[in-house]
Order: sequence, then structure tokens, then C-alpha cells
Amino acid sequence: MTYIFDGSLQGLLTAVFEWFERKPGKVMLKSTEMFQPEAFAESFTVITDATKADRVWVGLQKKLKKEWLRKFYCSYLSEIPEAYHHLFQFSLYIFKHPVGAEGNYGNEHVIALSKYAKSVEREKHRMEAFIRFQKTGDGIFYAGIDPDFNVLPLISNHFKNRYADQQWVIYDLKRKYGLHYNLTSVEEITISFTNGINKQSPASILMDESEALYATLWKDYFKSANIVARKNTKLHVQHVPKRYWKYLTEKEI
Amino acid sequence: MFDRIREKLNILADAAKYDVSCSSSGGTRKNDNKGLGNSHTSGICHTYTEDGRCVSLLKILLTNHCIYDCLFCVSRKSNDIKRAAFTVDEVVELTMNFYRRNYIEGLFLSSGIFKNADFTMERLLLVVKKLRLEQNYNGYIHLKTIPGASDDLIKEAGLYADRMSINLEMPTEAGLKLLAPEKSHADVIKPLDFVQKQITQFSADKKLIKHVPKFVPAGQSTQMVIGATPESDKDIMYTANAFYNNFSLKRVYYSGYVPISNDTRMPILGTQPPLLRENRLYQTDWLMRFYGFKVQEILNDANPNLDIDIDPKLSWAIRNMQHFPVDINTADYKMILRIPGIGVMSAKKIVQARKFGKLRIDQLKKIGVAYNRAKHFIVCLDSPYQLKDYQGTQIKAFILAESKSKYLKTDSNQMILF
Repeated sequence: MTYIFDGSLQGLLTAVFEWFERKPGKVMLKSTEMFQPEAFAESFTVITDATKADRVWVGLQKKLKKEWLRKFYCSYLSEIPEAYHHLFQFSLYIFKHPVGAEGNYGNEHVIALSKYAKSVEREKHRMEAFIRFQKTGDGIFYAGIDPDFNVLPLISNHFKNRYADQQWVIYDLKRKYGLHYNLTSVEEITISFTNGINKQSPASILMDESEALYATLWKDYFKSANIVARKNTKLHVQHVPKRYWKYLTEKEI
Repeated sequence: MFDRIREKLNILADAAKYDVSCSSSGGTRKNDNKGLGNSHTSGICHTYTEDGRCVSLLKILLTNHCIYDCLFCVSRKSNDIKRAAFTVDEVVELTMNFYRRNYIEGLFLSSGIFKNADFTMERLLLVVKKLRLEQNYNGYIHLKTIPGASDDLIKEAGLYADRMSINLEMPTEAGLKLLAPEKSHADVIKPLDFVQKQITQFSADKKLIKHVPKFVPAGQSTQMVIGATPESDKDIMYTANAFYNNFSLKRVYYSGYVPISNDTRMPILGTQPPLLRENRLYQTDWLMRFYGFKVQEILNDANPNLDIDIDPKLSWAIRNMQHFPVDINTADYKMILRIPGIGVMSAKKIVQARKFGKLRIDQLKKIGVAYNRAKHFIVCLDSPYQLKDYQGTQIKAFILAESKSKYLKTDSNQMILF
């Protein structure tokens, strides 16, 4: 039996509700996007339902501590197709067992979720580290990113608390949405870029006049802080994988 | 103007880079006044230099003019180098603008001693006060305590800094006297002790009174230079251990000496810095702080230096085979932590997971245990039955045969394998 859901978190939680309603036995969960009809397998399309999803979420809240609810949410944000199935199975497992079952690291779904969550948290942390704002001509600090996972919801608070006295925009170029902090709250935005504009680092004419100075000083600093006698390229690349270099002012040539 | 500030930054960042501490963790400062910045509990490394070290803070000297002539220091009086000094405003502007662009977690401000200790400490204090009071800056500040500065100045600085540190420089008094006759460990101990007493006092007050200002909330640290003088690993780690215990230090840093002088009392220019030794010392430091090892178990008169070819945890296990094999399914957490190939995270997961049933090899691998290493020291549900008891030295040979050290290319003195 295959359950098909629309890819949303609510859809996933509704699928859990539907399973308990029907108890169909062994089920695979797939998103509409990933589903390919098979000749002899039955399938069931889950209709996303906010009330049903809420009931499941409340149920999970009763069973799991905050730390695990976060792992659950992070795994969902990984957007990895198999993660959806593990989330579904994990939920069934949690509801079928007494409180504390998530400590069973011998269970494949528990260990899967803890791995997905670890990857997503690492990407979140990398964004907190590697985002480089550029001050635009109108005083907004801008950064364009394309993270491996959908981490914008996870980094929003960090940047809001830290950069409380400056307007900023962090834009996910891959998922085509972003966050804008307007000195009071963070809003989700979409930008329609002018054709031909470099979304990662817009032309200097659009920038604040001090931007080039501080970018240069930062590049200088990066060079001065290095100890040539200790050169260790392998370690350097391990910490700053090459796919992030395009974000980094200090890595621009 | 532009070129001048670039030149200053190059000189004063270059002079500061031998201070290896770049940690920005342990702070608790919040951005309550809608200003700029806050502390991140675990710290953030914003980038890494090409030598693989974390860059978290803007690490600079206020000036590299110095009245002292310590042989191990690039800024020593007798060294013929360009000198420069930042103004207070320059440091503040750099910090604010770097921080706003998410380049850094904060400022690490140190200084050469110009005129005298108090004069220098006053200048450092001016910078941090301006950041905190005028710019509403709540990011991280690591400030050097200048030995010999007055208690009042140090105490005031502690109200604005997140971490303070003073470097021991050399692991033993004898080593220090050899290279810096004007200095002594006592100069370091006095202010470390003073700041520690203040921290204790402030936290005691906090229990009674609600609004006590923060005082050095991320604690103190120190640094020792390794390999400039002939101390043993035992000397180094016993000193570190004493400082952890006596002054509740958050960190001790070990900085492999990078030759910067052709004085005959030290390794000659062009000598490779002792990176592998430095790595082993850090591993020992971790074993002391997170794995429940006593320093005497790892280093003692019979073993005054750490093994170069294997890490200190494996080394301890091989010397103490009477404790192994450990049964993963029954042993207590403290013993599981001591098994080579099992880290803190895996150990915690094992202890939780085994409540649900005895663990098998495939589960241990999924949990994250380095099984190829750990297998010599454990039994679990489906461990293969072993007829023969291997000696520690044989196990060492097995592990070395299948592992490839990342240092092998660079360090030739560790090729003495069997």
C-alpha cells in the first residue's frame, strides 16, 4: 500500500491520522512529486486536513520532548524524499509505544531522523556562519543563499535577535523566497529580480559607498590571519566546503 | 586614509595571529536594548584560514609597540618590524562594520605594552566601553588582561568583556625565564586569580540580588607555546591541569611554536611547527575535560610523553587491557566513554538505546561507533567468539595497519611503527 501526500508538513501529519483511522498494515509514504503508479500496488491519496494534522501534532507534543519535536521538523525541512517516509513511520512507532520510545537508537526510523536532523542543523549553522551581508545603496543588508536544505525558517530568529538595529534581507535563490527584517518583524518575501542582475553579489553601483572598503579590509584580514607555515588545505576545505565559497567575501578573487 | 587603515590592519592582525584562541562560545549576552549583536552559546566560526583554523573574532592588537623583549614574540622590542597603532575609533568602526556584515562574532583585542601596563589597559578599556555604551554593541568581546595593570582597571574591563585571558607563554617557569627573563608565571597568576575571585563574587551576589551586572560571563583562558623550550608533554599537561583546577579556566590553548627568530635558544627558522604534537595535547585536554580521565592516567613518570603514532585514548587502552573487553550492553557510561572509537555522542546513544534491547554490531555502526577501532575492546550481542586474547601491542598493530594518519606525509619522525 502506498500513501500519497502533497509534500506539506500538514499533509504528512494527515497521513499519520489516516493510517490510524484505517490501520491498513504496511504503508509506504510518498509525495505526489515522487509517486509513480505501480501495476499491482494499491495507493491512497491523502487529502491534507488542518484539523487532522493538528490532532496528530498535539499528540506528538504529548509524546515527545521539545528537542525531538525539533528533530522531527528539521527532518521535514531536509526535503529528502526518504525522510518523509521515515517521519511517517517514526510517528506510527511513537504512537504505538509508551513515552520515551524515541530513545531507542537501535530503531531505524529513530536513527534516520536523528541523522536528517543533524544534517539540517549543520546546514543551519553553516548559514549562520557563512552568510555575508552586503550593504545596499538604500541601507539594507542583503545576502543571497542557496542552502542544501530549506533552513530559512530555522535561521530567522537568530538573525532577528542579532541584527535588531539594521534592515536585512536573506534570500533563498534556490527556493525563490526570502526573509526581510524591517526593524520590527521578519516577513516572508519574494523578489522579482531585474533580468541580468547578479543575485549573489549585485553590481557595486547598487551598493553603499562603504561596502567596497569593508569588503577589502575583510579580505586583507583573512590573509593576515593565516599562518603560512601551518598551511593545511585539506582541513581548510573540510571546514569550508567549496560549494560555500561563492558566499564568502574573503574567497572572492 | 584608505591605504593607511589597510596597512594598520595588516600589521596588527598579523601580529595578533599567534594567539590561537578564537573561541566565541560560553557567552550569555542578549541583545536586549535593540542594539547590535548577541552571544551564541556554542560560538560560530565564520570562516577558516588556509591553515584550517577557525576565524570567529576580529583578532587584532591595539598596537605592536612593546617595551618587552620576549624572544618568542614577533612584537619584541628588538625585532626590526613595522610598528603601528590603531586609534580607539578605528577599532570601534572596524568591529561594528565587520559585525554588521556577519563576518565575525566579535572582537579579540590584545596589545603590546606601550609605556606601562596601566596606560595600555586604559586604552583597551576605552575601546570596549565605547562599543558597549555608545554603540549598543552586544557582540562578543575577548580582552587581554594586561599583567601588572591595576585591580580597578581590570575589574572595570571585566564588566564589559565576555572573556578575559592572559597567556602563560611557556609551560614552565624555567622555560619562561630562559626566553623572557623579565617575566614570570607569578605575573600571570595574580591577575588570573583576581579575575576568578571577582567572577565567583559576582555569581554569589547574583544569587541574592537580581540585577547584578555580568562579569566576564564566558570565563578566562590561557595559552602555552609548545616546542620552543624542551618541556615534556607531562610538564605541559600537568601545568594545564593545575590551571584548570586552580582558576576554573574555560580553556587552555596549546600553540605549536612557529619559528620567528634565529636566536640559538629556540628551534631555527624554517623548522616545521609541531602540529601533530599540538594535536595530541588537545586530545589529552579533551580526555581530561569531557571523558573523565585524570591527567595522571595518561601521562606519568613511566610515560612522560604522548605517543605520536596513536592517540592518547587508544594509548591508554592498550596499556590497560585488563579493563577490556567492555560489554556494551551492561557497562556503565563512564567505562563506555573510555573505549577507543566511541565518542560522547555515541556513548549517550548506546546507554539510551540498550534499554530497548541488547545492541548488535550493525546498530552500533549506525549509532556512529568507529567499529573497526572499537571492536578490539568491546563485546555486544553478536560479537564473534574470540578464541585468542590479543596483546595490546598486537591490537595496536592491527589498528595502525588499517588506518592512515593524516600527518604521515608531513611528519617523518613518526615512521617508527613496529
